[in-house]
Amino acid sequence: MTTVEEPRTSTFDDNDQKPVGFGRMLRKEDPRLLRGRGRFTDDVQLPGMLHLAILRSPFAHARVVSVDTSAAEAAPGVKAVVTGETLKGLGLAWMPTLSNDVQAVLATDKVRFQGQEVAFVVADDRYAARDALELIDVEYDVLDPVIDVRQALAPDAPLIRDDLEGKTDNHCFDWETGDADETEAVFARADVVVQQDIVYPRVHPAPMETCGAVADFDAVEGKLKLWSTTQAPHAHRTLYAIVAGLPEHKIQVIAPDIGGGFGNKVPIYPGYVCAIVGSIVTGKPVKWMEDRSENLISTGFARDYIMRGEIAATRDGKILGIRTNVLADHGAFNGTAAPVKYPAGFFGVFTGSYDIEAAYCKMTAVYTNKAPGGVAYACSFRITEAVYLVERIVDCLAAELDMDPAELRLKNFIQPDQFPYTTKTGWVYDSGDYEPTMRQAMDIAGYAELRREQEEKRARGELMGIGISFFTEAVGAGPRKNMDILGLGMADGCELRVHPTGKAVVRLSVKTQGQGHETTFAQIIAEEIGIPPADIEVVHGDTDQTPFGLGTYGSRSTPVSGAAAALVARKVRDKAQLIASAMLEVTVADLEWVKGSFQVKGDPGKAVTIQQIAMRAHGAGDLPEGVEGGLEAQICYNPSNLTYPHGAYICVVDIDPGTAQVKVRRFIAVDDCGTRINPMIIEGQVHGGLTDGVGMALMEMISFDEDGNCLGASLMDYLIPTALEVPDWETGYTVTPSPHHPIGAKGVGESATVGSPPAIVNAVVDALKPYGVRHADMPLTPSRVWDAMRGRATPPI
Amino acid sequence: MQVPAPFEYERATSVDQAIGLLERLGSSARLVAGGHSLLPMMKLRLANFDYLIDINPLHTELGYIRFAGEGAGGEVRIGAMTRHRELLESDELAAAFPIFRDAERVIADPIVRNRGTLGGSLCQADPSEDLSAVCTTLDASCVIRGPGGAERVVTMEDFHVGPYETAVGDGEMLTEVRFPLRPGGGSAYEKVERRAGDWAVVSAGAAVWLAGDGTIADARVGLAAVGPNTTGIPEISAALRGREPAEDLYEQAGAIAARSCDPATDQRGSADYKRHLADELTRRTLRTAVARARS
Repeated sequence: MTTVEEPRTSTFDDNDQKPVGFGRMLRKEDPRLLRGRGRFTDDVQLPGMLHLAILRSPFAHARVVSVDTSAAEAAPGVKAVVTGETLKGLGLAWMPTLSNDVQAVLATDKVRFQGQEVAFVVADDRYAARDALELIDVEYDVLDPVIDVRQALAPDAPLIRDDLEGKTDNHCFDWETGDADETEAVFARADVVVQQDIVYPRVHPAPMETCGAVADFDAVEGKLKLWSTTQAPHAHRTLYAIVAGLPEHKIQVIAPDIGGGFGNKVPIYPGYVCAIVGSIVTGKPVKWMEDRSENLISTGFARDYIMRGEIAATRDGKILGIRTNVLADHGAFNGTAAPVKYPAGFFGVFTGSYDIEAAYCKMTAVYTNKAPGGVAYACSFRITEAVYLVERIVDCLAAELDMDPAELRLKNFIQPDQFPYTTKTGWVYDSGDYEPTMRQAMDIAGYAELRREQEEKRARGELMGIGISFFTEAVGAGPRKNMDILGLGMADGCELRVHPTGKAVVRLSVKTQGQGHETTFAQIIAEEIGIPPADIEVVHGDTDQTPFGLGTYGSRSTPVSGAAAALVARKVRDKAQLIASAMLEVTVADLEWVKGSFQVKGDPGKAVTIQQIAMRAHGAGDLPEGVEGGLEAQICYNPSNLTYPHGAYICVVDIDPGTAQVKVRRFIAVDDCGTRINPMIIEGQVHGGLTDGVGMALMEMISFDEDGNCLGASLMDYLIPTALEVPDWETGYTVTPSPHHPIGAKGVGESATVGSPPAIVNAVVDALKPYGVRHADMPLTPSRVWDAMRGRATPPI
Repeated sequence: MQVPAPFEYERATSVDQAIGLLERLGSSARLVAGGHSLLPMMKLRLANFDYLIDINPLHTELGYIRFAGEGAGGEVRIGAMTRHRELLESDELAAAFPIFRDAERVIADPIVRNRGTLGGSLCQADPSEDLSAVCTTLDASCVIRGPGGAERVVTMEDFHVGPYETAVGDGEMLTEVRFPLRPGGGSAYEKVERRAGDWAVVSAGAAVWLAGDGTIADARVGLAAVGPNTTGIPEISAALRGREPAEDLYEQAGAIAARSCDPATDQRGSADYKRHLADELTRRTLRTAVARARS
């Protein structure tokens, strides 16, 4: 099943092979995007359009005593000022979150995080709307906030969610997985047990384009058109129908070009609802676009897990069990974007890529006076946290056993003949062959040579570190029997129509935010029916134009919609075969498919192309008995399982002993995402995710002061990496196809973000070994590394 | 998009016309040069001005690097509207004061450097600002022009009054910065930042002037981001003068730097770490400056 190919690094000269199917190919969407002809939400201009600005709370926790809007209403250009009280009258002051909690659209009783929405102004232009915010007079009664997550459940902690009936504390939920007793037994008989407290700080997806919407409600037609920055247009439409009581067929959600999502654009934000209300109230189209600070302080964060990891092993390095206790900060409202039955997302894969005897996790989630969220953010539903935990704790074990971390991993991998492999927390890994992937990464790195170099440098007092991580991801939610978002099953539709001249249009329920769907999906169709990608139009993002489905996040587009595209194409091909048999006057069984045409077996001269068949399907004359005209099909694909991509990453860092600055010198990423549709796009996704990982490992964190003021409200305060912080990525790949996916593909969008932070942190900790450092939490800023060198590493929160 | 409060905008046509506008409009007006600090502050509504006077048209008048005289008594005069990029690219300036090129390489990014100016950097008076540390290190003086063409010259110590506060009055404008040329000089700059283009966690500049016998005739160290203003440290100069350059001397200077500064713990790092950097970077820049003075 596994084929291991020679490693290759990126080359650019053959990026446009113009394949009729899989292969390197320049992105069809790029001419539009690179020439500035993309059409983003903020590019939408409608006649008479008004602009909306939101007044946000300056306090983390305060009672709203009064809101006086009279001066704002009288300001020039102002068309409407709406408060929580106004929305209450419409039954819209609160809305459900994706995790079955509720969130205030505009505050009525209290504000619960700094940046929470309190009122909005609709005015002739953006300036007038923003200026009028200054004229709204809100009287707050400031309350003590809950900022320190460890104090959230203290008996005297202020109560945040007094809106929830009967709520007396800040407890959000408890969750557990695995077997506590079995794990305890394994730990009791283990030679070695290592424990480490590990923090994954709160970070922000920080997409280049902030969130926004243009709402246009036509009171006569009763139809709402909403352009918005959404990764899940269909799910949003249904939720708007439920929340606002508008009939679903009268709602059209359009996600135009999106400038990055990373999970940030999965939730429904109050701003979208405000834009809709603004349009209904004024009878005009209304645009709302967040500014950068609003995006950073109020929209979905990621991570914020405080984890205690424990690992049990034999003295010779056989891992027996992994156990963890997690305290999760969910902010003021539980806005986690995850399947409803998975409140901790897919954190259950914290057992990693290892064949172990027992595992157990207990998690407590709490409310704090911070922004709500817990979005996918390239973590495929908390897998980032899980992989970080296991890969850090395995390194701690390696240090304890004085064993090479690569050797320890190789010794404990799940073996190829064990797949499908059911983990101790109940996940069924579909396929994998880990050792060749690991070996390839070590080969590219020149691992043994690097260790020799490190030894020499250590002797000279230089600090060099080599960090390894090996991850297995679980991506492509559903299946729908287990996985739904607010009752919407996680399956995806696809429609394919081949026009008479042999050109095709494919309609998807998923929505690209930069992943290259317009190319990848055209290539999947091309591979199946032999029409060149250039002749295939990919339509997505508009709910009036596309079939229902749950959208793009958690690396699910290729595993779910990619399967739908392949299968819908096969349906079309099956029909084409019936028509071909009539055209060639042979039975169906006498035909064979040679990409792009049906041939009579044994007589290649007798063949019809897919284009000829398409014309025949629409042309004059009768079709075979029982065959309708046209050449099209539709499908709704419900995956039978997730797909489980894996990868081996090796990072080499140098640390300046005088300034404690970390330089990522090399980074080797060998990914296995099964069948590779467009290697160029995969490499791009990997490069982006690795860069993201450098950001999280070295500089990113949303922090708060003790009053709950967000200290990362601009990109000067919340740092994201630039090209200067990253090395030339060295990538390789292996191919272990998914056995249940029609083309064997697995998701890859988040792999690099998941896999890279532990490799970088492991490298830094390895470099600091001469200082006796066993662990240091992200972000590894120079100051924090310097603290670690002095034996006083502290958690960032 | 973050939008500022309403303001009026005027393009300056000459230095004197700009000063005339400032005189008339008082503190409700502000000059804008590169605008990289001012405009974000206005967009965040942390700063609100009724009038902005755009002095970018004055680049023709105030964008220059001139050498006046040679050796002792000579000086380099740099116009206030000289762009970072011009400072970075001037080979003459790099030959006289290598510290400029060191610093400009780590200031922001090329887009900012294309537009940001020496005068704007100094007048912003951000305690973390790099060129202020360079000017302090080089013992620069600032030419401030007022109404009627009246000019006064102040030292860097007097120029920075406090964080974000300078000696430039309401009806005045910084027009030029002067750097004395002295023989046997070498200089260097080092910055620790969390990410390329970020403000300094700490940065240090050093300049040394060697006597004919190889001893240190004079030395200056300027630090940024370790106190309310970029600071020169006279005690270091005193400790180095007349001494033979050597590692233990740099260590001594580093120790003085560490105890003379007054850093605060913030997101960029702890006060302890910044103190350590003041020490470390002082030693590093002195080492480089001496090597350059010798070559």
